[in-house]
Amino acid sequence: MEGDIVQMGAYIGAGLACTGMGGAAVGVGHVVGNFLSGALRNPSAAAGQTATMFIGIAFAEALGIFSFLVALLLMFAV
Amino acid sequence: MTEQTSGADEGGLVFHPMDQFRVTPLFGDGPVGTFTVTNVTLWMGLTVLCIFLLLVLGTSRRSLIPSRIQSIGELAYGFIFKMVEDVSGKDGVKYFPLIMTLFLFIVFSNFLGLLPGAFTTTSHIAVTAVLAMGVFLFVTILGFIKHGFGFLSVFWISSAPLILRPILALIEVISYFVRPLSHSIRLAGNMMAGHAVIKVFAAFIAVISPFSVIAITAIYALEVLVAFIQAYVFAILTCVYLKDALHPHH
Repeated sequence: MEGDIVQMGAYIGAGLACTGMGGAAVGVGHVVGNFLSGALRNPSAAAGQTATMFIGIAFAEALGIFSFLVALLLMFAV
Repeated sequence: MTEQTSGADEGGLVFHPMDQFRVTPLFGDGPVGTFTVTNVTLWMGLTVLCIFLLLVLGTSRRSLIPSRIQSIGELAYGFIFKMVEDVSGKDGVKYFPLIMTLFLFIVFSNFLGLLPGAFTTTSHIAVTAVLAMGVFLFVTILGFIKHGFGFLSVFWISSAPLILRPILALIEVISYFVRPLSHSIRLAGNMMAGHAVIKVFAAFIAVISPFSVIAITAIYALEVLVAFIQAYVFAILTCVYLKDALHPHH
């Protein structure tokens, strides 16, 4: 019985950890949106900054990946 | 992964989205040991073979007007070289072969994994963790060799106000040691999630087939994009870490 409740809590927690995806989506969208609004104002400078944009995306995405990690830990390690 | 598939059996689901990531021996049904030849070995070998074909055979008959395969090789070389030069600076060009190797290995295993029935080696954290841990150790050791204990100034941001510096140093230390984790899980997570999504949509084929076919096509197109972008992100983050090791002073 107690194990069942722990299992249930782990599954609910894993589901809740998926809300982190939303945060990552907002972050990545913010980075790309701002890049685009800057790039459309000065298109000649945009090409040199795409690498910076991808670094920004990667860092914004990293925090979303940690929520994925939490979900994996709850599913398989708890 | 086995735990989840057994759970799916009890739930009465007929599809197993995670089954495609199972590591199985190529010959026989024995247990997977350290030196067992598995499907991971096969697809990694194919990855290396493809890179070999592109770079060695592609440039064996060099000509001023490049053949198609030669121009792909030249394009990849120029693309990565420019990236290393832009992000790591002139000093980083010395480490270009490392970045090129990492990028080509990841991009080829991602693309080979997209073939129907193929096995995606980069979807396993065990594979990506070795790559990311290698980069982390290389960069840290390189930093200490180049700068001695002066490398520790990467944590001490001298442009920040003095009161903030200890707090920032703590954050910098945490973010430094989290690097191999996020570096590896970003790649493995993206690959695994994308392939699992394709499989989930494929399971809808009996219920709503037109929707399923359209959805698989769309997700597959996205996956082709993601396969390239994740390899690019892995390579560019390696360049950023390399820059930190070469120039630790902010």
